[in-house]
Amino acid sequence: MSAILELASIGISFGPLQVLEDINLRFDVPQMVALAGPNGVGKSTLLSIVAGLRSGYSGTCCAYGKDVRRWKRREFARKIAFVPQSLKLDFPFTAEEVVFMGRTPHAGGFFESDRDRGAVRRAIELTDMGEFAARDFRALSGGERQRVMLASALAQEPQVLLLDEPTSFLDLAHQFAIYSLLRRLSGEGILVIAATHDLNLAASYSDRVVLLRKGCVVADAVPCDALSVAKIDEVFHVRAEWVHRADGRAWITFDDRAGDASL
Amino acid sequence: MTPTEAHVVTPRRLTIVLLVGLAAVLACILICPLIGPSTLSLQRAFAGQWPDNQMFFGVRLPRVLLALLCGGALSIAGCLFQALLRDALATPYTLGVSSGASLGAVVAICFGFHTIAGLPGIWGAALLGAAVTLLIVLAVASEGNRMSSFTLLLGGVMINGVVTSLIMLLHNLASVRESFAIVHWLMGNIDPPEPFTLIALAIAVLPTSLGLCLMARRWNLMAVGEEWAASRGVSPARLLLIGYVAGSFLSAAVTAVTGPIGFVGLVVPHALRLKLGSDHRLLMPASFLFGAAFLAVCDTVARTIFSVELPVSVLTALVGGPSFIALLRSRRRSLWL
Repeated sequence: MSAILELASIGISFGPLQVLEDINLRFDVPQMVALAGPNGVGKSTLLSIVAGLRSGYSGTCCAYGKDVRRWKRREFARKIAFVPQSLKLDFPFTAEEVVFMGRTPHAGGFFESDRDRGAVRRAIELTDMGEFAARDFRALSGGERQRVMLASALAQEPQVLLLDEPTSFLDLAHQFAIYSLLRRLSGEGILVIAATHDLNLAASYSDRVVLLRKGCVVADAVPCDALSVAKIDEVFHVRAEWVHRADGRAWITFDDRAGDASL
Repeated sequence: MTPTEAHVVTPRRLTIVLLVGLAAVLACILICPLIGPSTLSLQRAFAGQWPDNQMFFGVRLPRVLLALLCGGALSIAGCLFQALLRDALATPYTLGVSSGASLGAVVAICFGFHTIAGLPGIWGAALLGAAVTLLIVLAVASEGNRMSSFTLLLGGVMINGVVTSLIMLLHNLASVRESFAIVHWLMGNIDPPEPFTLIALAIAVLPTSLGLCLMARRWNLMAVGEEWAASRGVSPARLLLIGYVAGSFLSAAVTAVTGPIGFVGLVVPHALRLKLGSDHRLLMPASFLFGAAFLAVCDTVARTIFSVELPVSVLTALVGGPSFIALLRSRRRSLWL
């Protein structure tokens, strides 16, 4: 049985800058994975390689045993959905029209089917975007746009969901709501991989954390191991402390005086 | 249906838009040929009475049909290029191919080519010029088998500039008589065409336009972005290529017959986008039908308003510009800007 995703010695450089180097990762089961690391370590690049949006890298990235560059785009899009960090529109599409575009890989005809409408309605409910569904996408706030993009990906009914900083513009309540939703989806059989630099979201909602530093994987484990105090100091140059609360959950707190290393 | 789904394209909405558009086109076919310096009776024309029948079927109707075909083709090509380049200012002429057609025509005028491969000289030279320009732009814009809308836009605009300056050069070297013919041609004119011209243009324009309409959902994705399109199961590079070739084919076919006619391809899609939204399943067929009617009306006005005929390009800009601005100002949703 081949892995859902398997990355073998992935490397890519932009000019003289080596962005990713010898990345080897395997994802065998549906779970919630956080791809963590500071700005500019290659999280987005790695996601876009997995999403089949890039060429010009070394190594191979296979989805369900087949190189992502060899997949037919339409079949690939039925299995794997990608949510970019932001989206700028030049034309006045409504939020709902953007969600409906997620149905394209499933659509047979010129019009949406009842099944398309059902999937879109469900995605709109899950992301709590009903109240602004009819508005022009360009008039929405950054956080609202992120919910629309997530809804569009959910309407795609994928088995793998790749998200690039899905909550970077969201308020706290919606950050928690979206991560709870992602966690729930992973329990329903979807492999969710979310790039984030928010370590608490990574720690409290994921089953597994892949920690990147300068284009290399430095940790790939359950959150409390991958995000140990020592690793956080090594990768982020920040002193951290795990606080275990009475209800059994743990949060990471930070000391704003930077560690011994200077940035 | 939940209330939020009111904006989604349904067969009913499409049917309404198509019926209104077809009614507008039909009205043009019946009414525009009746307008002109000498009055003409539809009854006498259909009864085969001379000169009404000759004037209706031989001169004015073909001219209206030509205007309809050109207006439709230019509007749908403009709509397509705006989506592909994600540029509100894109027109059928942005990417150089129509300038290539113009250059071909100017060469034919300057060197007196009357027939090329059995086609009228200007026609053949224009199509040849368009084809050569198309290939050059594609070669400039593509890197290997990849092409992005950004490189296509830059490549197209650059080649457009080069070709335009070549036209100016030839114009500068031409004799007074040729120079007049060049200016006349470059202004764009809808003259009563031969039946052969009309049929050939219809064969080029109608299937291409229909094909573009049927691909509307893909143009929606491209109007959002290339990565967005790719992650929703289509190949953006291939769509760019198909769209660029199809749109260029439409505008080159029109330019070869009429010369460049400005503004139709810019203003009609935008006006419709304000009314109908951005979904190309409505926007593209509507652009074709209403663009067709718009140019037919402009041409009718251009040939009747003064004792001499005006170039239709003057009318499209004079009528289209202010009415578009009025439409823009009347929208309470100022978001568009």
